[in-house]
Amino acid sequence: MLKIAKYTILDITRSKVLIAYTILLALICISIFMADADVTKGLVSITTVVMIIVPLVSIVYATTYYYDAYEFTELLVSQPISRKSILMGQFLGISGSILAAFLVGVCVPVALFAFSDTGITIMVTGSLLSLSFISLAFLASTLTRDKAKGIGLALMIWFYCSIIFDGLVLLFLYTFADYPLEKAMILLTSLNPIDLARILILLQLDISALMGYTGALYQQFFGNGWGVVFTIFMQLVWIAIPMAFSLKVFRKKDL
Amino acid sequence: MRSKILIVCFLLSCAALTAKTIIVSKETAIASLKAAVKLAAAGDTIIVKKGTYSSYNTIIDKEVVVLGQGLPVLDAGYREEVVTILASNVKFDGFVVKKSRVGSMRDFAGIRLHKVQNVSVTNNRLLNNFFGIYVSDSKNIYITGNYCRGNSNKLESGNGIHLWKCEDITISKNYVTGHRDGIYFEFVKRSFIKQNLSEKNFRYGLHFMFSDDDVYIKNTFKGNGSGVAVMYSKRIKMIGNAFIENWGSSIYGLLLKDISRSIITNNRFIRNTTGIYMEGCEGIEVTKNSFNNNGWGIRVLANSLNNTFHVNNFSANSFDVTTNGSLSLNHFKNNYWDKYEGYDLDKDGTGDVPYRPVSVYSQIMEQIPQSVMLMRSFIVNLLDKVERAIPSVTPQSVKDETPRMKQWIL
Repeated sequence: MLKIAKYTILDITRSKVLIAYTILLALICISIFMADADVTKGLVSITTVVMIIVPLVSIVYATTYYYDAYEFTELLVSQPISRKSILMGQFLGISGSILAAFLVGVCVPVALFAFSDTGITIMVTGSLLSLSFISLAFLASTLTRDKAKGIGLALMIWFYCSIIFDGLVLLFLYTFADYPLEKAMILLTSLNPIDLARILILLQLDISALMGYTGALYQQFFGNGWGVVFTIFMQLVWIAIPMAFSLKVFRKKDL
Repeated sequence: MRSKILIVCFLLSCAALTAKTIIVSKETAIASLKAAVKLAAAGDTIIVKKGTYSSYNTIIDKEVVVLGQGLPVLDAGYREEVVTILASNVKFDGFVVKKSRVGSMRDFAGIRLHKVQNVSVTNNRLLNNFFGIYVSDSKNIYITGNYCRGNSNKLESGNGIHLWKCEDITISKNYVTGHRDGIYFEFVKRSFIKQNLSEKNFRYGLHFMFSDDDVYIKNTFKGNGSGVAVMYSKRIKMIGNAFIENWGSSIYGLLLKDISRSIITNNRFIRNTTGIYMEGCEGIEVTKNSFNNNGWGIRVLANSLNNTFHVNNFSANSFDVTTNGSLSLNHFKNNYWDKYEGYDLDKDGTGDVPYRPVSVYSQIMEQIPQSVMLMRSFIVNLLDKVERAIPSVTPQSVKDETPRMKQWIL
């Protein structure tokens, strides 16, 4: 398994795409920090970037890589290696490289310019977000045989998580505005990894706004230690469950 | 003429000669302030030496100067008021006044002033009193350099500096903490409040009602239970104050209710849940203030008229301006908004397209407060962008025609 992960990482580093991704992230972060003297504002902008670009690149890259390495996978399957360790190996390899790109591209600039609670939250949630979208990518690509379909599905997942879901939440809120929705909202947010990540960062950045009106309840729930543990746990669930599903599919799949 | 002056001089020197100094000390026969006041005549000076004296409502009813040397302690042991000043032209300086009685029927105070003029209360430390300094029905009072710490008990706590029906009062350089309201005014006219620090009080840092023509300069209100509340007053000037970290639901940096023709300038609002909240206000000029890291920069209810917001800095607030109506008669001009995304082609420092401070998301929040959870999400950004391009939901009239490109240096 680790050997496969190693080969995957070596293979990825040979292509230029991930290096370009790293440089892109680093450039965005550094230019944001350079452009504005206010570090908090910089962190807000970086959050927006992390919430859109990181999931998109993670899911698309992981899917394309899976299909590109399809022949290699077929070769591996013919060897006496369990299918589980093949897929896990590839997952580890891809996550390792994408995480490394995130670390160099975002974590290093953030640590240099804005090392604070908010900064650490962005680092941790961004990493977890990358991982959960790689896991979703594996689910998308094991479900379909066709490369175009797989990438399409991956993009649909990204689109759903970053825009459609929040739109639906808004619609839900408008529809049921007469009911007490605070608890339902907490449940709803855990159904989307991007929302989870966003809320963890929100709790650091917009504390004063959250203190008002209904925000106080979220503050009470997510703001204490258990809330943070819960959010991180839910993010881990978002990594584990799609991966478990794709393993199940891959094990029985006719390649 | 000359002889008249001579006579006046003679009389004055006589007065100076006859004015005596009484020293209160544990060792001498005059072992309490009460005894000293009894012996004193108008114009005398009473000096209290260092030590602890019990003082169950010592009444100062003569025009005397009372000085504490080495911070003598006047202690009422929670049995009575500590000191009551009932004579004009008194100076009361340099005491530790502590443990006044707590009451639910009467307002017991550390130092009480009633129906007096030209009294100064300076450099005292008021500890664990129900009310700190309580002034009623007085004129020309100076309250300066006092340190006032309440009993830190939410249920049994009165106001730090409490004024009722006074005129021409100067309150400066005091520190108030652990009281119900830091500084409380009711029916106080033409007064001057300067360089006070009021923090961690249970209710308001500063609270005043029906108090016209007052001036507030360079005070700091920090971390109070409900911020600062200003109600039913006219012609107020608030200049150079700092409103910091007044946090929590329905807590405001500065709450204005039914205020008219007032000036709010050069103040700083930092990390408050709401910077300024305006309800039924008219003709207020909000200029040269900075709003930083607040949840809501300014919240103006629709019943406010003719208020102007000029030359302010808004940065890193979750929402700059919110309202529940259309705000058609309020004016925003020449402010700096960090969320402004326009351009400045002619390089004159003001943006070429107007800025609309009320975002569509804040309108959504107005209707469904639960949607706070969607803050900073992609869809909300998208909605805001679309609304900025083609305004349809947000109030048309609320806009800054000349937003600044760079932050004002204030």
